[in-house]
Amino acid sequence: MSHFSPTAAVSYFFNYFLMKGVLVTIGLTVAAVVGGLILGMGIALLRMSSNPVLAGAARFYIWFFRGTPLLIQLVVIYSGLPQLGIKFSVITCALIGLILNEAAYLAEIVRSGFMAVSAGQREAAWALSLSPWVTFRRVTLPQAFRLMIPPLGNSINSLLKATSLASVISVEELMRRSDMLMQEHFQILEVYAAATAYYLILTSVWDAVQRRLEKHFGRSSAAKTRRVRTSAPVAQASVEARA
Amino acid sequence: MSEISMTTTEGATVEPQLREVPAVRMEAVYKHYGDFTALDQIDLKVAKGEKIVVCGPSGSGKSTLIRCINHIEKHDEGLIYVNGVELDHQRKNIDAVRRDTGMVFQSFNLFPHMTVLENCTLAPMTANGMSEAEAKDLAMHFLTKVRIPDQAEKFPGQLSGGQQQRVAIARALCMRPKIMLFDEPTSALDPEMVKEVLETMKKLAEEGMTMLCVTHEMGFAREVADRIVFMNEGKVVEQAAPKEFFKHPKSERARTFLDQIIH
Ligand SMILES: Nc1ncnc2c1ncn2[C@@H]1O[C@H](COP(=O)(O)OP(=O)(O)OP(=O)(O)O)[C@@H](O)[C@H]1O
Ligand SMILES: [Mg+2]
Repeated sequence: MSHFSPTAAVSYFFNYFLMKGVLVTIGLTVAAVVGGLILGMGIALLRMSSNPVLAGAARFYIWFFRGTPLLIQLVVIYSGLPQLGIKFSVITCALIGLILNEAAYLAEIVRSGFMAVSAGQREAAWALSLSPWVTFRRVTLPQAFRLMIPPLGNSINSLLKATSLASVISVEELMRRSDMLMQEHFQILEVYAAATAYYLILTSVWDAVQRRLEKHFGRSSAAKTRRVRTSAPVAQASVEARA
Repeated sequence: MSEISMTTTEGATVEPQLREVPAVRMEAVYKHYGDFTALDQIDLKVAKGEKIVVCGPSGSGKSTLIRCINHIEKHDEGLIYVNGVELDHQRKNIDAVRRDTGMVFQSFNLFPHMTVLENCTLAPMTANGMSEAEAKDLAMHFLTKVRIPDQAEKFPGQLSGGQQQRVAIARALCMRPKIMLFDEPTSALDPEMVKEVLETMKKLAEEGMTMLCVTHEMGFAREVADRIVFMNEGKVVEQAAPKEFFKHPKSERARTFLDQIIH
């Protein structure tokens, strides 16, 4: 075979079997983002806590999951844990692995978002007698969230592609189903062209969503352009020095 | 009680403001940052309606002093009473004190993601349970007072520094504080905007607000302050009426300080 058949590629693109794989990929991504965000926020809170044991545990978690490949994590959960008598379904294994891994990244994103909100904002809220909940919900969170959107977007983009690793533990998502089609028909380029197109569509749709979010939450970003005078000359000077 | 003492014995009548609970009373207050003593045995009494200007060299503890009064900074030792409520680190007392005090910061600290109006209505609605309509009326009342009612729908970042600081004052006033604390409210402003903020503060002073202002605006101090509190190295070095303080500073440190800032 020394040619590429566009029609075959198109037919794989509309292959029902492959489309179902796309849905599994989307499902894995959404579940991992939601689960990862919830767990990640918890870990970020622990990481910021003044209790050294809790903060240390959160640091260890982040260090561990960011320091090892997702592939190993998935394989250990899928094939290693049964050795200890712990066994989950394939899809559960994939979700556990993806959520645990994503949470480590999101925890750092959440934490840096909150750290970037100036202490003055919280002090102003206290001085106004706002309750801790209102301070969090109306003052800190919206500002932190706005700062989190760009790194959050990147992380979700990576996650979308990282779900393909679940194919290794036989989750029938887009990648795995592409492999299956390929082994059946031996049209390697055609099948992967279809899969590549799906990944590009998914990441592009997410990019568009991310831009909308940035626009929506950045509606008052003009606030960032005018700075308090005391800090301006310094910032200005450093910009000029680099130029 | 005070009324009884006034009517029974003629000779024992005390000056009204002396009988009153002071707005702020600090007794032997200390604040440490590690080994560093930021407040070193502060004794200070501020009567209701009194206007105090706190000045002193950089790092002398002016901000720390004023921030201890609404417990944004925790003092380590000593007693602080605000309108008779002891700031003893108990939640309910801290809340009570914060309701009585408003604070204006050097860097404004407006909430950048909310409009000017939302900045002003947030606390009245969430902390005082006011309806949105009531809170808006209240906010417009104070925004009018600081002369920027037309900017209500803008975001803080769209305003000049002077306008932002006036919004910050209005926002604090919306909680109807009895004491206003200012920490260098004009230090971050371009010179041409300093005046509009000082005018607003003067107006507030004329209405009888109790005020503690950290500021190096000596013209303002001369005109508005009842008393100048001069700090150095965490201590209150001297306190005097502005006239007295500017003409005859008692300490050497105050003399050199005045020489530096007046030139
Ligand atoms: N959070 C902190 N940790 C450690 N040291 C602090 C902290 N806050 C203030 N200090 C120190 O306490 C001292 C008093 O600070 P403070 O901010 O009260 O001074 P200030 O009189 O307001 O000075 P300025 O005119 O520069 O605003 C300074 O030496 C400062 O470095
Ligand atoms: Mg200061």
